[in-house]
Amino acid sequence: MSGPISIQPGETFTLNVGPQHPATHGVLRVKMEMDGEYIVQAETVLGYIHRMHELMGENRTYPQVLPNLSRLDYLGAMGYTHGHVLAVERAASIEVPERAEYIRVLMVELNRISSHLFWFGAFVMDLGGFTPLMYAIQDREHILDLMEAVTGSRLTYCYFRFGGLYNDVDDDFIGAVRAVIPRLRKSLKKYAALVTGNIIFRKRLEDIGPISAEMCRKYGATGPVARGSGIDFDVRKNEPYSMYPEFDFDVPVYHECDSLARYKVRMDEMEQSLRIIEQGLDKLPDGPIMPKKKPKLIKPPKGDYYQAVETARGSFGIRIVSDGSKNAYRFKLRSPTYSNMHLFDEACQGMMIMDALAMMGSLDLVIPEIDR
Amino acid sequence: MGAYFSEIFLGLKSLGIGLGITFKEFFKPVVTVPYPYKTIKMSERYRGHIELVEDEDGKTKCVACGMCQRACPSGCISLASKSVTYEVEVKGEMKTKKKKVLTKYNLNFTTCSLCGQCVENCSFDGITFSKEYNLASFRKEDFYFDLLNRLKERNS
Amino acid sequence: MDLTIFNAVIAVVIAIAFAAANAAYLVLAERRGAGRIQRRPGPNVNLFGMLQPPCDGIKLMTKQLMIPGGADKALFMVAPVLAMAPAIMSFVTIPFSDTIVAHSMDIGVLMIFAFASLGGMSILLAGWGSRNKYGVMASVRAVSQNISYEVPMLITVITVVMMTGSMNLREITLSQAGGFWNWNIFPVSMADGNFMLQPLMPVSFLIFYICSLAETNRAPFDLGEAESELVAGFHTEYGSMGFGLFFMGEYANIVIGASLITILFLGGWDCPLGLYPGVWWFLLKIYLLIFSFIWIRWTFPRTTIYGLLNLSWKILIPISLFNLLLTAGLLKVF
Repeated sequence: MSGPISIQPGETFTLNVGPQHPATHGVLRVKMEMDGEYIVQAETVLGYIHRMHELMGENRTYPQVLPNLSRLDYLGAMGYTHGHVLAVERAASIEVPERAEYIRVLMVELNRISSHLFWFGAFVMDLGGFTPLMYAIQDREHILDLMEAVTGSRLTYCYFRFGGLYNDVDDDFIGAVRAVIPRLRKSLKKYAALVTGNIIFRKRLEDIGPISAEMCRKYGATGPVARGSGIDFDVRKNEPYSMYPEFDFDVPVYHECDSLARYKVRMDEMEQSLRIIEQGLDKLPDGPIMPKKKPKLIKPPKGDYYQAVETARGSFGIRIVSDGSKNAYRFKLRSPTYSNMHLFDEACQGMMIMDALAMMGSLDLVIPEIDR
Repeated sequence: MGAYFSEIFLGLKSLGIGLGITFKEFFKPVVTVPYPYKTIKMSERYRGHIELVEDEDGKTKCVACGMCQRACPSGCISLASKSVTYEVEVKGEMKTKKKKVLTKYNLNFTTCSLCGQCVENCSFDGITFSKEYNLASFRKEDFYFDLLNRLKERNS
Repeated sequence: MDLTIFNAVIAVVIAIAFAAANAAYLVLAERRGAGRIQRRPGPNVNLFGMLQPPCDGIKLMTKQLMIPGGADKALFMVAPVLAMAPAIMSFVTIPFSDTIVAHSMDIGVLMIFAFASLGGMSILLAGWGSRNKYGVMASVRAVSQNISYEVPMLITVITVVMMTGSMNLREITLSQAGGFWNWNIFPVSMADGNFMLQPLMPVSFLIFYICSLAETNRAPFDLGEAESELVAGFHTEYGSMGFGLFFMGEYANIVIGASLITILFLGGWDCPLGLYPGVWWFLLKIYLLIFSFIWIRWTFPRTTIYGLLNLSWKILIPISLFNLLLTAGLLKVF
């Protein structure tokens, strides 16, 4: 389990965990120098799915960029749209009614659960257990059905608008969410018994892929990756935005720095999201969902505006530099997975390839978000 | 020595618990829908491609203002209109007025991202989302919809 | 003379037919079982999916058999055959019932394990011959797994053979006749009329079960095929019938493994209450064991290579050696 005894130069071979590979969850290429089963050096090569979202942000008016944000990280799209909408509202000084903000938080937390469920399924599938993937996807279907009933889409929601929401939620939705919550809690218990307690799974993840807090700070890793290494930073608590100060929830932090810690952080985050959703349903006020005075054309005054939100993968930041016209001058997206992924190059040296791929799964990479 | 045996025993117990869970799931009903033989009804607000809305006479409500065309991020809507003069009685006199009538409304669905800007920006309720999801085809031309034609075919 | 040769040929043909039919339809059973565990139907179109294996077979046969450039042609072509042939040949010695056995050999146990080792060689040839880095890595892992798990398997078999006194599979089964309390899995057994108490026999059964999972490269020990890490492991470069032969060889090996477990530990064709022994009990027990193989495959993730080797060398071998000494001691005493 420790590294190779000695590496003779010239005895290594290059293995391409190529753009087409079942384990990389997207088009990511990792060039690995291998000595037998041990990795001597790894280099991640990006850019296979670069779609120029930032340039599109400069060539389109502010409302026209809205669909782009959902395509960045399609599994947790609500969080990204939330960041974008908050940034533009901060830039153009648009007031958002309370009901709209509460519903936004509800949607973002539901989306966080569905993103973590999918990560859970794909991660365990990487390790060889195919059944929890099916169970996770079935649970996720309940959430996607809820979202479809409200927004009309299952994956790339274009639901938030500047100032509020596209359409309102009705009582059917609230009743359905209340029905889904105990079902998800039961499923989380089932996963704890089936997967987390399983000895094969534990042996696969304990002490595998250690990422120290030092390394996290060096690369700017955020989200469950940093919280699994002991860094207690969550944008919802440290730089609060939207309605999060009104909610009572914990931020799970584990100090073991291995893959099992990151796994446990995400499973606990799902439980905390369920708590937030319950509180949100109780506190939901009545009222309009769009402000009365909504500007026809959004032209923020000149300036530099930044908004960070906590998505399922980490701290997503969006920076809008406006020069007073109807297009942005610069539309910068800070993607959390970009920073998280570069940890892999340094952390996987000396590991066996199975463990390296298990660690990559625990980092929760979504490649379209890295390449934008 | 004790740790050796207790690890083996606890490990086997956790494996047994896992097996019990999958065994229970074996007997639960199937959650999938056998698709071509049974279909699911789409929800009310499902976003299929847009369709023109008709009024009581079967004519389109669209006045060809072009707001949807301007709002679309991908430029998939193209419409054309012509000016029509018509006579209307105002205070006993015949006055001629002009209005725009829609002659062509094409949607290029290959670039549409179903964002909803067009439907939201239309102030005349002229377009709405359809519930079409069964759209696979072999040719790109099948996705260039002529919405005015489709409206006429629906009403005939 | 002519009649015995004729009998022998018929017996071999039936053995091959049984092996092939099982290999084909076990695939379907696995897919449906996996589906039900995952709460989906599995192949169920056209007669509950019974036409699926023939359609798969036809599809595999009509595909182009590609040999990668630079691959060692001889090794590449021999490897799938070497995966399938030993499994089919092992069927010749397995007694399905008191009278149904193709050829009852006095060294039946030895012959089956000799052929099982050949199966391990096929993985090595496949990985090396395809000139693919993923293939070589996977076959190296699979060979070390195969060798490590043969040792506890054989030690456990020696334990049973010592208690029974013969290596003939038919005699081993006959010595367990008469009801489930006589079966080798239970601690109390009466070998040759003597009463004997052997408390660790269920442990032996468990060790043999785990080893047969590992020998047939089934999950949780399927590092050779590790589908999500190494694309497809040692059979990455095989299309068409090469892949088909590996696939069928794996399922034939599973049937052999299940038959061995029933014969050595569960009494073969014996009825649990000793009333109506027959071939149907044998088949029932095999298929229950195969169901448990499928059940285990779809529940657990894959172990790591060092976890697997640790399990074999540090846990299974000491326990099985202790069991062997205990059996020898008890045989002396009783």
